[in-house]
Amino acid sequence: MLEVANLTKRFGGLVAVDGVNLSLPEGGISALIGPNGAGKTTLFALITGFHRPDGGSVRFLGRDLTGEKPFRIARAGMVRTFQIVQPFAGQTVRENIAVGAHMHLADRAEALAKAEDVARAVGLSDRLDRDAADLTVAGRKRLEVARALATDPKLLLLDEVMAGLNPSEIRDVIPVIRAIRDRGVTILLIEHVMQAVMELSDQAWVLNQGRLIAAGAPRALASDPAVIEAYLGHGMAERLAKGAAHA
Amino acid sequence: MRTLALLVAIFAALAVLPIGLRSDFWLNAVMLALFSALIGQSWNIAGGYAGQFSFGHALFFGLGGYAVAVLQVHLGINPWLGMAVGGALGAGAGAALGWLTFRYGLRGSYFALVTLAFAEVFRILANSVPFTGAGEGILIPLDPHPAMLQFRALSGYYWLLLGLTFACFLTVWWLERSRLGAQMQAVRDNEDAAAAVGVDAFTVKLKAMALSGLFMGLAGVFYTQRYLYLDPGLAFGPAQSVEALLVAIVGGIGTLFGPLLGAFALHLLAEAAQGVLGDVPGANMVIYGTVLVAMVLFLPRGLTSLRQGGRRRRRRRTKDA
Repeated sequence: MLEVANLTKRFGGLVAVDGVNLSLPEGGISALIGPNGAGKTTLFALITGFHRPDGGSVRFLGRDLTGEKPFRIARAGMVRTFQIVQPFAGQTVRENIAVGAHMHLADRAEALAKAEDVARAVGLSDRLDRDAADLTVAGRKRLEVARALATDPKLLLLDEVMAGLNPSEIRDVIPVIRAIRDRGVTILLIEHVMQAVMELSDQAWVLNQGRLIAAGAPRALASDPAVIEAYLGHGMAERLAKGAAHA
Repeated sequence: MRTLALLVAIFAALAVLPIGLRSDFWLNAVMLALFSALIGQSWNIAGGYAGQFSFGHALFFGLGGYAVAVLQVHLGINPWLGMAVGGALGAGAGAALGWLTFRYGLRGSYFALVTLAFAEVFRILANSVPFTGAGEGILIPLDPHPAMLQFRALSGYYWLLLGLTFACFLTVWWLERSRLGAQMQAVRDNEDAAAAVGVDAFTVKLKAMALSGLFMGLAGVFYTQRYLYLDPGLAFGPAQSVEALLVAIVGGIGTLFGPLLGAFALHLLAEAAQGVLGDVPGANMVIYGTVLVAMVLFLPRGLTSLRQGGRRRRRRRTKDA
């Protein structure tokens, strides 16, 4: 569905994304993990057109979308959310979601009705007429998802929708994401909350210092020495293994 | 629908005003306020709904005014046709200015400065080319027939202005329940987030500028026909730009009734001040400045936000949408 080939982005001397190749099949949930500053959000921004890549290509459903404008990529069916939530403050939750619904619906009443449906799907029905600026962090994260979902995306890119949530809020969000997948939307998520990655995703990629260092089933990745070193530092995999042997 | 009913009721009441009102003085006072409401609402489309703060709306105003004057005086073209040209020129200039500035990603104060600069450039141009009458201005020959867009009685101008203002307010009423309006407000509140859900921010802003320029151009046409005279300072000077944004900000930007409320409030204040201060030159500007500072400090969402507080008002609006 999504084919990323040799994608590269430099900021001055820093190579934020370094020759990333990945191929995302249709259906299911995949995850992109990695330590802070690994380039995950930059990779999302490159795929969705918010940054222009310095090299490589992005193909979606057979179309070359490299360097296209964000709104065109969204209209092609690939929609992202933002890690730092970006509500239309001063507008209600219903109005916020309706902006997404308007991508395919010209009629205001239809878009508002659709916003209501989507709000139900993500659990925001009781807050439809609230000002988006008044929502809690958990509410705003759901709003991000709702607005993207209202565009009827084929591929949904979720950037840390669980960051900043408490464990019970995370437990509440997991079934919402599953339900979106069950509607037939393919999902790629960036996530630091490992519990969520393990529970949700069918496969995962690990990004470190702009490079993909591992790929596979999330459980297997958790014991991959390269992944452990990326998170905990050089030599840690060996020491952990020794520690386990001693015990 | 309730909003539309209220809008129609207000304009219907204003429409019968000249029949009851014998004094031209008061009719003229209402006209001045209505005129402010028209330019305020024009500005509000781009500034309030799409978030593009222009300091140079006089550009569209002046183009509309000069269009009707120049076509009439030099080419003998009927001013009704001139009005269409003036409106189209305002809209075209809005789109062109938008295209130039948004293409280079100018936002906020940079956008405001460029609009101001363009209005000034046109003021200087109008001062230097012969067909605008340069510094002397351009005088339209008196010919008080409705066919020539001139009226013997003040009420004729009044109804013309009322019609234009109603058209402008109706457009904004429509915007509030249309996809374009929703996209304009989304772009205003967060351009990246809007783009992420497929909103073509560039085109949306262009449309907002064109609509805004259209009504500002028509206001220029009206002004020129009303006074049968235009010079570069009146046309492109900062006075109209400032009045347009002041009225919208005082009334409540991004609201349908804001500019109407702001216009009448400001003119009432100006009249009252003149009663107290007499004809001290520049006194109204001092008052406008004070009001603007006070509004931004204490009531940043304008007079309309006084009614039940801004949030509940919004909630109501979505319900009857």
